[in-house]
Order: sequence, then C-alpha cells, then structure tokens
Amino acid sequence: MREYFSNIWTSLATIAIGMKVTFKHMFVPAVTIQYPDVRPELPERERNRLYVNMDDCIGCDQCSRACPVSCIEIETVKGLPTDDIGKTSNGKKKALWVTKFNIDFAKCCYCQLCVFPCPTECIYMTDVYEFSEFERKSLVYDFVTLTPEEREQKKLNYQKYEAEKAAEKAAVKKPVTPPVTEVKPKIENPPSTETQGENKVS
Amino acid sequence: MMYDFFLDLFGNEILAAIVTGVTPLLFILLFVLFAVWLERKVSAHMQDRLGPMRTGWHGWLQTIADLLKLIQKEDISASANDKPLFNLAPILVFAGSYAAFAAIPFSSYFIGSNLDLGIFFIIGISGLVVAGILMAGWASNNKYSLLGAMRAAAQIISYEIPTILVVLTVVMITRTLNLHTLSEMQTGYIWNWMIFGGPGTGLEKFLLIPLMFIGFLVIYTSTLAEVNRTPFDIPEAESELVSGYHTEYSGMKFAMFFLAEYANMYAVSAIVSALFLGGYQSPIGYLGNLIGVSWLVPIEQFFWFTAKGAFFVFVQMWLRWTLPRLRVDQLMALCWKYLIPIAFVNLIIVGLITVL
Repeated sequence: MREYFSNIWTSLATIAIGMKVTFKHMFVPAVTIQYPDVRPELPERERNRLYVNMDDCIGCDQCSRACPVSCIEIETVKGLPTDDIGKTSNGKKKALWVTKFNIDFAKCCYCQLCVFPCPTECIYMTDVYEFSEFERKSLVYDFVTLTPEEREQKKLNYQKYEAEKAAEKAAVKKPVTPPVTEVKPKIENPPSTETQGENKVS
Repeated sequence: MMYDFFLDLFGNEILAAIVTGVTPLLFILLFVLFAVWLERKVSAHMQDRLGPMRTGWHGWLQTIADLLKLIQKEDISASANDKPLFNLAPILVFAGSYAAFAAIPFSSYFIGSNLDLGIFFIIGISGLVVAGILMAGWASNNKYSLLGAMRAAAQIISYEIPTILVVLTVVMITRTLNLHTLSEMQTGYIWNWMIFGGPGTGLEKFLLIPLMFIGFLVIYTSTLAEVNRTPFDIPEAESELVSGYHTEYSGMKFAMFFLAEYANMYAVSAIVSALFLGGYQSPIGYLGNLIGVSWLVPIEQFFWFTAKGAFFVFVQMWLRWTLPRLRVDQLMALCWKYLIPIAFVNLIIVGLITVL
C-alpha cells in the first residue's frame, strides 16, 4: 500500500521536474544556424575549392604530380626566346606557356597536397564551398587565361620554331651558306597577361 | 443559442442550420492551422531548435503550405485494401470528433446545440472515432496499421472508464449533464470553478477542493490517453509502427486523420475546461459588464474558452516533449491499477459529501 502511494507521488514529482526542464529550454536561444541567410564561420585553414592565380603560375607541373587522385591536368609549351611571358610576383621569369590547366573538382579530394609544393604559391584554397552543378563535366574548371586560339597559336609557334632550328642546324652542317631570311619567328598573337581569374569550361 | 441567433439574422431556417453547422468546422480548421504550427514551434524550442522559419513570420504560414502540398498529393490506395471501409474510415473518424463540437459551449450564446445530455452526447459520439480507427486499421490490410488500430481501440476503451468516472463525480455535484448549465453554475470568479469546489459554500466546498484536484489530474491524464498523445501514443508510435492506423493513407485522407486528431485534442481540452475550469467563464469578471456593453460579454467568453482550450493543448504538447512513450503493460497498469481505483474512490467520497 505504501509502495502504491509512493509510486503515485514519484511519478507526479518526476513529471513536474521533467516539465520544468523542458519549459526552461523553451527560452534557451536556439542553436540552429539559419544556413542560407547566416553562414557559419569557417576555421582559418578550411579546405574548399582551389584557385590558381595564372599570373604567378610557371607551369612547373609539381601540383599535378603531388595530386593523389590526378585531378589536375597541365600542358605547357616552351616560350620562344623572343616571347615576353612575364614575371611572377616573386620575381621569377616565366619560361613556359601554360596551354592547359584543368582541375576536376568532381575528383578533387581537397587534401591540399597540391598547395605545398607550388614554388610561387599560386595554387591555394579559397573559402568557396557552394559550387554544385547538374553535370559532372561542369565541375572541370579551366584556369588558363589564354583563349583557345591563342593556345593553338603558341603550340604552332613552338613547332615552327623547332622546325626552323632544325633547319638551321642542318644548314650549318652544310657548306652552303644558310638562307638569311626567316630567322625570326613571327609572333602573331602577343601574349595577353591582363585577363585574370578562372575561365570555366562551359 | 447559435441556431436562434442565425435564424434571427437570416430569417431562413435552412440557411441558419447550414451556417450553424459550418461555424464549428471553420473554428476547427483555424484552430488546426494554429495548433500544428504551435506544435512544431513548441517542440522545436523545447529542443533548442527554431522550427519552421521560412514561410511568413517565424513560419506561421507553414501549415497552409503543408495543406496545399497534401491537396496536390496523389490519393494512393493499395490493391489489397478493403475499398469501401478504407474510404469511409477517415470520414467516420473526422465525423466523430466534429460531432463532439456540437455540444461544446464556446460561450453563453455560441453553442451548436444546447443538449440536456451534453456531456453524455460528447462521450457517446466519441465512440465513432474508435470504430473509424478500427476500420482504418483493418481496411489498410497492413500489419502495422492493424496493430496500431487494435492498440488504439484497447487504449481508448479502457481510458473511457476513468474519464467517465470523473465526469460522474462532477455531475453528482452539479446535478446536470447540460454543459451550458454546468458552465453557468461556475459563474462569478475563479473560486467558483469546479476545481476550487464549485459554486457551493461552507465546509462542503473546502472538502471538495482536494478531491476536485485529484479528479482533474485523473481526467486530464485519461483524456490525454484517449486522444493518443505522447506519452500514450502507442497506437501511432512512429518508432515501432511507422504511424499506426494511418500508415497507408495519403493526401487528403491523411489530412482528415490529422484534422481529427487535432480537433480531438481541442475537444478534450474543452471538456476538461468546461467541467473543471469554468468553461467559458472569465476568472476575473467581464469588461463588457464593467463598461455596460452587453454584446461584448459573449465575445469575451469565447476568448476565455478558446484560451483555456489552447492552454491545455499547449500542456499536451509540453508533456509530449517531456515524457517518453509508455509500454503497453505500463499503459494498462496506469489505467487499471491507478486511475480507475483513484477515480472510483474519489467518486464514492464525493458522493458521500454531496449526500450529507
């Protein structure tokens, strides 16, 4: 009998305690972050989408080799002696035209291993993390600042230059005096270094 | 009553009857829109969340958006369903809870029907809900639905007993089943409410106060179980039975179950407040009487009645986020070993007091 009434009393008392706790929590400020309106502050060293500053890139291919998932594709063409490719911000003279610099963010594992080997610190992590796409191929980002025509032109220029050099060598070996004409390769498209930022492949 | 009021207004009996019938429906719809939003906000804030925030100010339009979504949904019914019963069940469940609103006194003027058997009618017509739930569970041809329906039927029927015993104790004091008369008896101030011993005076009133408190706790607990709210939500138990008897329903039929559930929540809160907390009577007197505007009094009464009902609905939500679900044996033990004996002893003592 005594247990019966103590049961009733404990149940009522514990319900009251529980209700007090829940009532208090009604006035505790919510922990919810209203995401699209309010963004959480990310840690300083967060790893998100990569960015390549092509002004500083010397086309050394080290990031591509460091990448564990091979998501960076780089193709370079040697610049001609007469080309002015520009200088990097830490004073190095660039020697290569970068004709292809694709990063496939569908493959990228955001490990940041490509960032450390870069000699000019031109590849780095940004704070952009909302870049979802409907097509997987839309996630391949093209960072090269040259237009497609310019890239073709650079390749052709170099091939022509090589061919001429070979011809010159052949001419030197021969006793016949080499032709003087056409020593200088023609540069039809001067390099444009003004355009910056990423060019996305659509 | 409400019918006479509309008859005076329109001068047409059919029109008056239709408007009288539709007014509680309008009230239910508005109340459900508010209560669903309140439930989500209360539950969210009790868990330190925010709840719906994106539709309107603090998401107050969320229920309307949800309703629009439910209207658009396909009405799915499986091939193995018992079609006539399956379609009838939501209507029956809603009709049961809607019919109870006919006898609920919203204010001294707005009662759908001023029945002399008011509280008896409400308890009787609520039985339709059990039939509807059993039909829904059976016709769904789904084991979870059937389990939920069986549990619901067992639970509602066993918790009717303490409810009715407590109603009986109140009726023994007031000597009337008419909810309008019952509310009128508790007029005056807060100490005339049944929970404070009713309109009587002297020793009898003071003896009744603790008994009425016990009766109030018993009827509140048992009505909570009758409307299948947590901690007595084993018929719906999301973690065990998907969602009980309305697992197989979709679209507007599901919405009707939902509507009936919230209408029931308000109906039992209204009954508890009518029996124990003065019904539509104000605890502090009326502004209309004070400044001599008599038409303001029914509106104030309506406000007090809605406020009391909404408060008890809020307490139901509050309990939902405080207590865990009971087991079936605990549920039955609570009813048969605790509530019914307490209510019975209460009934006998109150009977002796009223006789002496």
